[in-house]
Amino acid sequence: MSTRLATGGRLIDRSKPVSFSFNGKKLKGVAGDTLSSALLANDQMLMGRSFKYHRPRSVVTSDGSEPNALFNLGREGTFEPNARGTVTELFDGLEAESQNHFPSLEFDVGAINTKLSRFLPAGFYYKMFIHPRPFWKHIYEPFIRKSAGLGKAPKARDVDTYEHFYAFCDLLIVGGGIAGLEAALEAGAAGLDVVLFEQTAHWGGRAPVDGAVIDGKQADAWVADALTQLDAMPNVKCRARTMGAGVYDHGYAIGYERLSDHAPGEDGPRHRLWRIRAKHIVTATGSIERPLSFAGNDVPGVVLASAARDYVVNWGVSLGDRTVVVTNNDDAYRTAIALKEAGLNVPVIIDARAGGGGSLAERAVAMGIRVENGKGIAKVKGGKRVTGVEICAQAGEGAALEEIACDVVAMSGGWSPVVHLWSHCGGKLSWDETHAMFKPDPVRGPIGADGKAFVTTAGAASGAMGTGDVLADAQAQAALAVKAVGGKPKTAKAAVVEEAEAAAMEPVWMMPQGASYKLRSKAWLDFQNDVKVSDVQLAAQEGFESVEHAKRYTTLGMATDQGKLSNINGLAVLAKELGTDIPSVGTTTFRPPYTPISMGAIAGEARGDIFQPLRKTPMHGWHDENGAHWEPVGHWRRPYCFLRDEESVEEAVNREVKNTRQALGLLDASTLGKVIVTGPDAGKFLDMMYTNMMSNLKVGRCRYGLMCSENGFLSDDGVVARIDEDTWLCHTTTGGADRIHGHMEEWLQTEWWDWKVYTANVTEQYAQVAVVGPNARKVLEKLGGMDVSAETLPFMAWADGTIGGFDCRAYRISFSGELSYEIAVPAAQGRAFWDALLEAGAEFGVMPYGTEALHIMRAEKGFIMIGDETDGTVIPQDLGLNWAISKKKEDFLGKRAQERMHMVSEDRWKLVGLETLDGSVIPDGAYAVGEGVNANGQRNMQGRVTSTYYSPTLDRGIAMGLIHKGPDRMGETVTFPKVDGGEVKAKIVSPIFYDPEGEKQNV
Amino acid sequence: MLILHCPCCNEDKDETELAPGGEAHLKRFGPGSSDEDFEGYLFGRENPKGVHFERWRCASGCGKWFHAARCTATNEVFGTYSAQVTEPPKKLRDVITEKRPGWRWRDLS
Amino acid sequence: MSERVFEGLATVSQQPQRGMVTLRGDLSAAKFKKAVAGVSGLDVPGMGACVAGDARTVAWMSPDELLLMGPHESVGEDVTALEKALKGTHHLVQDVSDARAIYRIEGAACRDVVAKLCPVDLAPDAFGPGKFRRTRIAQVACAFWMPDEASFELVAFTSVADYVWGVLNTAADPGSAVGHFA
Repeated sequence: MSTRLATGGRLIDRSKPVSFSFNGKKLKGVAGDTLSSALLANDQMLMGRSFKYHRPRSVVTSDGSEPNALFNLGREGTFEPNARGTVTELFDGLEAESQNHFPSLEFDVGAINTKLSRFLPAGFYYKMFIHPRPFWKHIYEPFIRKSAGLGKAPKARDVDTYEHFYAFCDLLIVGGGIAGLEAALEAGAAGLDVVLFEQTAHWGGRAPVDGAVIDGKQADAWVADALTQLDAMPNVKCRARTMGAGVYDHGYAIGYERLSDHAPGEDGPRHRLWRIRAKHIVTATGSIERPLSFAGNDVPGVVLASAARDYVVNWGVSLGDRTVVVTNNDDAYRTAIALKEAGLNVPVIIDARAGGGGSLAERAVAMGIRVENGKGIAKVKGGKRVTGVEICAQAGEGAALEEIACDVVAMSGGWSPVVHLWSHCGGKLSWDETHAMFKPDPVRGPIGADGKAFVTTAGAASGAMGTGDVLADAQAQAALAVKAVGGKPKTAKAAVVEEAEAAAMEPVWMMPQGASYKLRSKAWLDFQNDVKVSDVQLAAQEGFESVEHAKRYTTLGMATDQGKLSNINGLAVLAKELGTDIPSVGTTTFRPPYTPISMGAIAGEARGDIFQPLRKTPMHGWHDENGAHWEPVGHWRRPYCFLRDEESVEEAVNREVKNTRQALGLLDASTLGKVIVTGPDAGKFLDMMYTNMMSNLKVGRCRYGLMCSENGFLSDDGVVARIDEDTWLCHTTTGGADRIHGHMEEWLQTEWWDWKVYTANVTEQYAQVAVVGPNARKVLEKLGGMDVSAETLPFMAWADGTIGGFDCRAYRISFSGELSYEIAVPAAQGRAFWDALLEAGAEFGVMPYGTEALHIMRAEKGFIMIGDETDGTVIPQDLGLNWAISKKKEDFLGKRAQERMHMVSEDRWKLVGLETLDGSVIPDGAYAVGEGVNANGQRNMQGRVTSTYYSPTLDRGIAMGLIHKGPDRMGETVTFPKVDGGEVKAKIVSPIFYDPEGEKQNV
Repeated sequence: MLILHCPCCNEDKDETELAPGGEAHLKRFGPGSSDEDFEGYLFGRENPKGVHFERWRCASGCGKWFHAARCTATNEVFGTYSAQVTEPPKKLRDVITEKRPGWRWRDLS
Repeated sequence: MSERVFEGLATVSQQPQRGMVTLRGDLSAAKFKKAVAGVSGLDVPGMGACVAGDARTVAWMSPDELLLMGPHESVGEDVTALEKALKGTHHLVQDVSDARAIYRIEGAACRDVVAKLCPVDLAPDAFGPGKFRRTRIAQVACAFWMPDEASFELVAFTSVADYVWGVLNTAADPGSAVGHFA
């Protein structure tokens, strides 16, 4: 059984008990435990079920590379799936559940899959779920969805908060092991601004567990010293519980800080995403131990050798009483020695190397541990728990020589440097034959803005093995990094380290070497996704020879652990099957993040009310208090209509239209863009920007203008007012202010930079109110001030003055067809002016109206709306706007494009009005069908609706649409099929349904 | 996530502060131009693996446009320069030649 | 615009309206410099800088644009004076007081608070009093400067005043200390 030892555990505080629950069962751990160490201390070896076969699963590792010990943590607002128990710090009240089991962890129905495993080989889903096609939707897809994924998706809203932090530094060091600390000491001494990240809560990495002695000090003491020195350096900032998650172009890196995962309920954000710009990056990310491929290597109790000693040394937890160590390198002997020293039984060390190990092996033998060289494990005995191993000759086919009872197997297949961060932005790898590993190729690093490599690796991440090599490499690489950012290294004297003399490791990709199919189909490569040696071999046989294809076909290295343990072994199997070597097969692509990070951290502060900027006009508050039914228009919120009492949206809209046409309406038009264009060349410039002539507009007058892109397509429209000899004010659409201002500046800066023109976007300086309807003039005259009579301020004129004591600019323009003034006042006065209009307008029947009434009234008048009548493929000529296109001007943006063959074709769809025969409303987006069918057997189209409304003024459906040769077909009837199978017939008419002579607006 | 130095406000700008503007040094063809010239102006674009010249706008900064010379394969930035020129300055071209001997872009080299 | 205060990691406050004038022209021209000096008593600031006097601050916005900040009540006079002084030159003078919301972030942690939202190097040797930076705050445009070592002033557009207030409040949450700069 696994249990807490009576002594030991450098990271725990036995005096502080911690309560937690697992699958509803109350358990106790101690401060400093991880969820995994606490479960093991409670003899809870079984922690989950694997993805495909629902095999029983326990920990394999003690760190972030863990594929198996995944849990659902918390509940409701703090629920999180797929949390790795090995990196979950225990806290009081922690609630964990195992994943992928039904009905219970101990008895799982899905485990039947393991009995069927020979019917569920690599690519099973692809092969099985193809035919018959109709089965997909109702049978296959629900089945796959049900079995997909390990954890449950959270359903409740996340109660925690998150944030970002932008930091800049000379040097970012990722990894707080001895290599990272050494590099930080070097760079700090050289005066660099250094940020150092460590993903766990503890500094020093593996060195303290491995019993390293540096400069005569135990590793723990050396680490404490290093931290004290770094703390004294104001230019070095160290952060624990912060993972270097990704490295991107130009020294951009992401850090993932877990602030309160270990202490939930504390104030402040749960995670912080560090967005760092570093001049240079050192990855001191260490290395990961590799499993060995032997039959039954997934049975709970089979763990990495490093993990077995971590649990004993760090947390005082033994995984079992009898541990068999199996290895191809010397490092695993440390586990045997540590376990023996802790009073545990190590019946045998199985060393696959015929020549055995070096000085550590001698020490193990001296401690009385039996060592078998040239041997391997034929198979592991046991189901939910290891009960023993069969030993065989490594060179053979797996004939059992002896069975040894044990409850733990500690395996080591060698070590691989963590190259992820090096590789994220293009760092290349080379194959190291001696240690059978891919390691960073220092001359092919990721390239920064200056064309030089901006990432350096240090320590085990470079491929260094012993403590002395690790420190020497860290020192050397830090010196290079200091030079890379223009500093002067002050290299301290090299550390003195007592090093065990190690024998060379020997790659073992299959144990035993000649294992039968039966053994290979029980030898796991990927514990999380249930990929076995036999699966990768099958994929290769079926032609999935590229490593990227084999990954996707077999699922090797997919999902949350991204193959941290499985990749290298899988590559070796693939290489052998393809008859080539490992470097020729290559690796799959390393992509950030290094391990999963929370969605909340990515979103940062952007949630709830501040998910997106919400733009508000000066009158927003009034709208909000007076029944506004909001509509998003870009980032703005505009009232769609104002709801009164119990009325429906439709009733409110109809009321607003009727009231505006019959009495007086107010529209908050503040969102319309306003751009000042001034200078001696402003007229010439605007003649290029607009299709019509603006240079000859008289001061004091307004003109409706169209803007096109160089492609000829209509992009914006609005009324332009000439302010003085050199100055124009251009109105844009609500969403268009920034875009059009940018468009103007682009042409001024990049094409006509010698023209003397300045622009300014003054949209937000003004609140603008459209005062609309037969009583519009009356209310303005009542408020008093400037002369707003038809004689002084005729249609399409503007004037500055005061109204009701407010400084304003009044434009006589109309988008509704009624008598209308748009009055601009300084934004800070907007609300007061709005209130004054409401008060003064009461006797004239004033009512504010929203965007829908605006839309209906403009459609009744046949006015186009950018985004309705236009979609980026429509030219002004399509909309019958030829009157607004100057024939006198030699050039304007879009003119040349509008002369292209397709643009002048007779066959274009052009704007017309559509009057339904039965008075109904044509559905939004409906298409008009023509004669015959196209190549796909679909009915041919001859047009589409662009705007369609119920007109309260005319009490019938009205619409505009683009119809093939439309204006030449007045009086013809076209048919619009509806989604429900019915159809609407409409007569082609003029798009102006209301007051075609313009008598109402020009009074 | 590039960093480009805005020559107009002399700041190193994060990519999130910038807006890309496509290929640099397009020659505008207006009314009266041939279909071929106009098509080239509107649609013909370089797609190099290597040296490229682009337009960028210091969108949430000084608002000015500038040019950048960048290697599309490595993201190495050879330099940024004024938007008010019709071709890259000689000095910059020399820098590029030193780093990428034999480079070609349109008819520049 | 509503004035408001939030006490957190730093003291965040939305400030009363201030006079703000956008001024475009040839920054190097003698007449332009004279116009700026005439209104503010200040020199035209260099690239990326701002200069402050008793009543007014002038900030460099772009190679042909300055922002003049001063008392709100005299913004009309400032505009008139500038127009008069620049008459005959190619220029643009525009009152933008109503288009800008202004905030103050004060306290030892002010750099930490701003660094959560703006992608700018705020280390004391990279940014401090006398400098002026246009950038983005979370998802919207802004500009900021430091009147002194322990405070920022920041302007953004009025329409997003509540959004900017929201992100500043969140960044200054009392439980969210970073301790990177302070």
